[in-house]
Amino acid sequence: MHETDTIQPLNARPPYPPGNAKAFYAHVGSGGKVEADDWMPDDYRAAVLKFVEMHANSELMGVLPERDWIMRAPTLRRKLALTSKIQDEVGHAQLLYRVAEDLGKPRAQMLQDLLDGKTKFHNVFHYPTRSWADVGIIAWLVDAAAIVSQQALRDSSYAPYARTMKKICWEESVHIMHGRDVVLTMMNGTEKQRAMVQEALDRWWGPLMQMHGPPTDPARDKDLHWGIKAKNNEQLRQEFLSIYVPRLLELGLTIPDPALRYDESIGRWEYTEPDWVELKSVVTGHGPASQSRLEFRRVNFADTQWVRDALLGNAAAA
Amino acid sequence: MDGERVWEVFRQEDEGDPMMHSGNVNAPDEELAMHYAREMYGRRGESHRLWIVAREAITELEDPDLLKPPFDRSHKKPGGYVIKHKLQAAKERAASEASE
Repeated sequence: MHETDTIQPLNARPPYPPGNAKAFYAHVGSGGKVEADDWMPDDYRAAVLKFVEMHANSELMGVLPERDWIMRAPTLRRKLALTSKIQDEVGHAQLLYRVAEDLGKPRAQMLQDLLDGKTKFHNVFHYPTRSWADVGIIAWLVDAAAIVSQQALRDSSYAPYARTMKKICWEESVHIMHGRDVVLTMMNGTEKQRAMVQEALDRWWGPLMQMHGPPTDPARDKDLHWGIKAKNNEQLRQEFLSIYVPRLLELGLTIPDPALRYDESIGRWEYTEPDWVELKSVVTGHGPASQSRLEFRRVNFADTQWVRDALLGNAAAA
Repeated sequence: MDGERVWEVFRQEDEGDPMMHSGNVNAPDEELAMHYAREMYGRRGESHRLWIVAREAITELEDPDLLKPPFDRSHKKPGGYVIKHKLQAAKERAASEASE
């Protein structure tokens, strides 16, 4: 063998000619990454922004059902864990709003659009909570369903989002353990506690099955096509079921879907078709707790205006 | 929001580790940026040290003519020196000279 004397290829950043949408989509379509200051077509920018903004909104709204239980937590350690989880989720919202801001939409505008009901948040946060068992089911299963999709987002073509998801997934894994610990403690408790967990699971199963959304045609799903997300809705739901159905059954819980079974011959879970009409109605602001949650946010936003004014005013005066 | 700036945050996980880019925060001044960075990237005791840098203070070099020049650079890397066969030939030569 001899020392090579080849000419190395030019490796420019971004590795496509700015302004050339076709080259850009070829780049992301083959697993390429995009940074915040790289040139990108407007429709890609808009699609990432919409995706990340919805995710940020969900983190911010998702703490409200849990917030209701801080003062009712059964022990000091549970109260600390729940408060810490809530702080994490608001922190995720802050991280994600930063990612979205760099795509061109100011945070104040995103908050206003959320309060005005112009933008969406995840279906599971539009429902009320009824008992302490809900806290366990939400922290375990809602966060588990979320982490399945968030782990896939670590491969997003939009690199600042992918990097943020690495930090978020790490924190979510703590929440899942906290939730599973709450559920296990109750399952090892009294008959009444076990019944509370089962009742909570019965109420949350429908929204959990809807959470990843209806199956989409991969050929027409542009978020998938452009690598903004790496897996389609049905893949995520199947993954969730594969991990969590056995973990629920081993505790003696019953999954409230008689049609649920794993079909070995085709290697997938069969289940009763989730209620997609309910999903659509809920995420457009017609869920049982949609308006009360938004109203809480509006009141809270108005109540805390003086803090933002003071911080920005002091900085301006300094 | 108006009056806010973007601050890039770098985190050192443990003593002696490199400072790694973590993300960024939005704050009107350095003091608040420091508090936000601490909440976002240090509240679990997972950071040994944080650097908070105003985004506009960062100068980026991304010119491919400088970073990835289109010439062979293998003479600057250990992998550019393939000695296996030369070493074998040299050993064989030395051995045959010694036996003469």
